[in-house]
Amino acid sequence: MWKTRDRNLFLAPAVLVLALVGVAPLLFAVNVSLRQFNIAKPSLGFEWNGFANYVSVFQDGYFWGALGLTVQFLLMTIPLQFALGLGIALLLHHQDWPLLRALARVALVIPLATTPAVVGLIGRLGFDSDFGLANWVVTLFGGAKIAWLGDPNLALFAVAFMETWQWTPFFALVMLASLSAVPQDAFEAATLETDRRWLLFRYVEWPYLLPGLTAVLILRTADVMKLFDSVYVMTRGGPGSATELVSLYTQRIGFRVFDQGIAAAMALLSLIVTILLARAYIRIFYREATA
Amino acid sequence: MTPNPPAAALEPSRAYLPKKRHAKRPNWLIAIVLIVVIVAIVLPFYWMVAASLKSRADVLAFPPVFFFAPTVEHYAKALLEAGVGKNVLNSLFVSVTTTLLALMIGTPAAYALARWEWAGKKDLWFWIISNRFMSPIVLALPFYLIANQLGMLNNLLTLVIIYLTFNIPLVVWLTMDQFRNIPREIDEAAVVDGATMFQVFTRIVLPLATPGVVVGAILSFIFSWNEMLFALILTRSEARTAPVAATSFMSGYDLPWGVIMATGTIIVLPVIIFATLVSRHLVRGLTLGAVK
Repeated sequence: MWKTRDRNLFLAPAVLVLALVGVAPLLFAVNVSLRQFNIAKPSLGFEWNGFANYVSVFQDGYFWGALGLTVQFLLMTIPLQFALGLGIALLLHHQDWPLLRALARVALVIPLATTPAVVGLIGRLGFDSDFGLANWVVTLFGGAKIAWLGDPNLALFAVAFMETWQWTPFFALVMLASLSAVPQDAFEAATLETDRRWLLFRYVEWPYLLPGLTAVLILRTADVMKLFDSVYVMTRGGPGSATELVSLYTQRIGFRVFDQGIAAAMALLSLIVTILLARAYIRIFYREATA
Repeated sequence: MTPNPPAAALEPSRAYLPKKRHAKRPNWLIAIVLIVVIVAIVLPFYWMVAASLKSRADVLAFPPVFFFAPTVEHYAKALLEAGVGKNVLNSLFVSVTTTLLALMIGTPAAYALARWEWAGKKDLWFWIISNRFMSPIVLALPFYLIANQLGMLNNLLTLVIIYLTFNIPLVVWLTMDQFRNIPREIDEAAVVDGATMFQVFTRIVLPLATPGVVVGAILSFIFSWNEMLFALILTRSEARTAPVAATSFMSGYDLPWGVIMATGTIIVLPVIIFATLVSRHLVRGLTLGAVK
């Protein structure tokens, strides 16, 4: 009864639509990336220019700067989100204070559900130099008001802060789910051997945490590669190019400078990184499903 | 975290009941840390809602005002003068339509992937999921050019279609698990009774998979509702979605913070309610089923 024809009919709509909206634009982008394609300067024409766009991307210091900044941003936010998330997960896995723990679980959903563009708006308000909450904390400790979003280093910090606020709950919820998967009797058997919390964590709980953690790390890396909304709203990549991550730089070249040939080449180069990440993700997590 | 006297392991009563020592004496440190965590998570959100309800003077006050007389003037202004109501309707139309389409297109594919085995399945699998990893900027460029050619810029249907690139993979991955958990004998029994495969799918398997479908629908709605990059590039005044409208107030020096935050609250509140409803499945949705 499991006829190939039926299978194809079930698959056809999804395959057709994804080919149309996923693959066709991609091929179009490849085409554009191999041409002179500045829509603000149509007089230059739209001729093939081979790999000239790619060459200029590779020679473009700002592109490497944006890529470096994206990596720096990853290194700033991911370990922090991991550490805070793990702390929260262990806290919520604890036995005491059921009401507070239930409240915290509900609260964790809030940042995750908040529209990233709105996270950017909240960031603008919170880090405002005149009346922001951040400066209120600074003045509480006796400091002077700081122009957070006007200073290159502090602006990056402010953006990273909001990103950490939004995504720490993701780490926390995933690790909490993994912790609840630790068999209770295995944990209790281990407590007969040792009373040291660290050893219990390292040898009993950690192995259960590892798969979920890997999933989150890969997904977050891919997400930061395409991070746009919150940063765009909060700083537009500024001051200067201090918070111009790779997707913001690509957007600026494509839609404010309107050199879409160069922008397409940059977008495709960053796509290669995400495809590698996607491959790793699937290799690790769907082995048994696809076998 | 806890002090360990070396003799602890030798003491049978404590060793067998390790949790007891927490239960005996409430650990206040943990309560305090929990409260700090909750405050840190809720504060930025609360600050947005508070700013939307403050008078202009209270928003701009320094030191910030924590207690104030609430006003709904910014909501009235946002909805009546700034036309945010129209933007919210746009967002609603786009999110609901793309979600329904993603369900109609995605669930049959998930069924096929859950039930049939064939040689190229792995590649198809990889291809469908890899759409989730696609950076929107890669698609935004060609979509902009194509939509411009076809006169479909500033058209909500363009967004509906483009959002399928991330909603179909999501629906496929979330419902497939659900289909796998339904014994295949049920399908086979129905076919023996004379049902076609299409009837088996729509009348028997799909209703049994309702929980997975609902989770897929809600998450797909949330992701579409929250999206901004495509909407920013592909729409102008008439077809603006709510997140784009909220950010469009951010120009000039004298920002209308009350209206901005009222719009932000209008956008975020329904999402948070939906997300709370599916909070148990949020992790599964965000990790494409890799973490249960």
